[in-house]
Amino acid sequence: MNQLQNFTKGFLKENPILVMILGTCPTLATTSSMINGLGMGIATTFVLLGSNTVISMMKNVIPDKVRIPAFIIVIATFVTIVDLVMQAYVPSLYETLGIFIPLIVVNCIVLGRAEAFASKNTVWSSVVDGAGMGLGFTAALGVLGAVREILGSGAIAGFKFIPGDGILVFILAPGAFIALGYLIAVVNKINKA
Amino acid sequence: MEYIILIISAIFVNNIVLAQYLGVCPFLGVSNKVSTSIGMSGAVTFVMVLATMVTYLIYTYVLVPLGLGFMQTIAYILVIAALVQMVEIILKKISQPLYQALGIFLPLITTNCAVLGVAILVIKKDYNLAEGIVYGAATAVGFGLAMVVLAGIREQLELADVPSGMKGAPIALVTAGILALAFMGFTGLV
Repeated sequence: MNQLQNFTKGFLKENPILVMILGTCPTLATTSSMINGLGMGIATTFVLLGSNTVISMMKNVIPDKVRIPAFIIVIATFVTIVDLVMQAYVPSLYETLGIFIPLIVVNCIVLGRAEAFASKNTVWSSVVDGAGMGLGFTAALGVLGAVREILGSGAIAGFKFIPGDGILVFILAPGAFIALGYLIAVVNKINKA
Repeated sequence: MEYIILIISAIFVNNIVLAQYLGVCPFLGVSNKVSTSIGMSGAVTFVMVLATMVTYLIYTYVLVPLGLGFMQTIAYILVIAALVQMVEIILKKISQPLYQALGIFLPLITTNCAVLGVAILVIKKDYNLAEGIVYGAATAVGFGLAMVVLAGIREQLELADVPSGMKGAPIALVTAGILALAFMGFTGLV
């Protein structure tokens, strides 16, 4: 597989949210608006890039039996970095995303890529894989956030273009589940065609 | 009285899955059958109460005195992973039937964000140890309730004629959405 395919697979064919159905918790929780979704996506992408790079560098040093705990520590370190950086520089976004920043540590996408890809491939491929998967995740969050924001408040990125109140339920929890369900159904259809 | 409010709020009003979006992966993953979802909720209850207790003690008596509050995430995930492993070993030794029932679900719990989420929320909400344990237990019951209800609906859906694109996760998510809508009816109860 060449690097371009390696990079683009994360967007549609192997999209972590829409095809593999991983990391649903942050997906539902942080997509009440497009900006929040993108913020969460970028934070996760950073962690994924960092953990994939370090784990693929250390794959020959880590004993096979303790690899999962070792991966988790590497991931938790990067999550702590993101947590502190966001607290310092984007406090309002940090406040909105709340406990979902520390919870990146249990995001199955990050550990999944470490186990399935970074621990078996070269550093460069792992960086490309991390970037592709991370940006695929970010794109899916952005789309879901945009859909929910448009339906829920008639606005996009805070810019209101449909008068009226919108369908409030799409900003709330039930709308998150329903919108994600239909988005996955659409992607299923596209991938099968 | 205070505890009753805490319990009702954690089970119905702020249901961990349907209102707070935590633990959605196992919620969708093992809600195919009622029996497996009961097993999973049992394991989650067990680990969540233990994890809340242990992480609270570690945060209050180890991390805070040493000024290591920023190590919270790393410390918690290690504690939970170790705890799950320990529970598995102990259960295997002392109660074979319980191990048979919960065994396969235990390793999955390490990456259940509801467990880590509750441990972090207890600190964020400034609960004391007793409140933390009650909150952990009630949250786990709420998780179990949501999962068993969804499993019951999904068992019926097996017989329905679902469009091909909607099969599997999409229809489960839409069902969960409608369930969440029903749970919104509890808003304002406490």
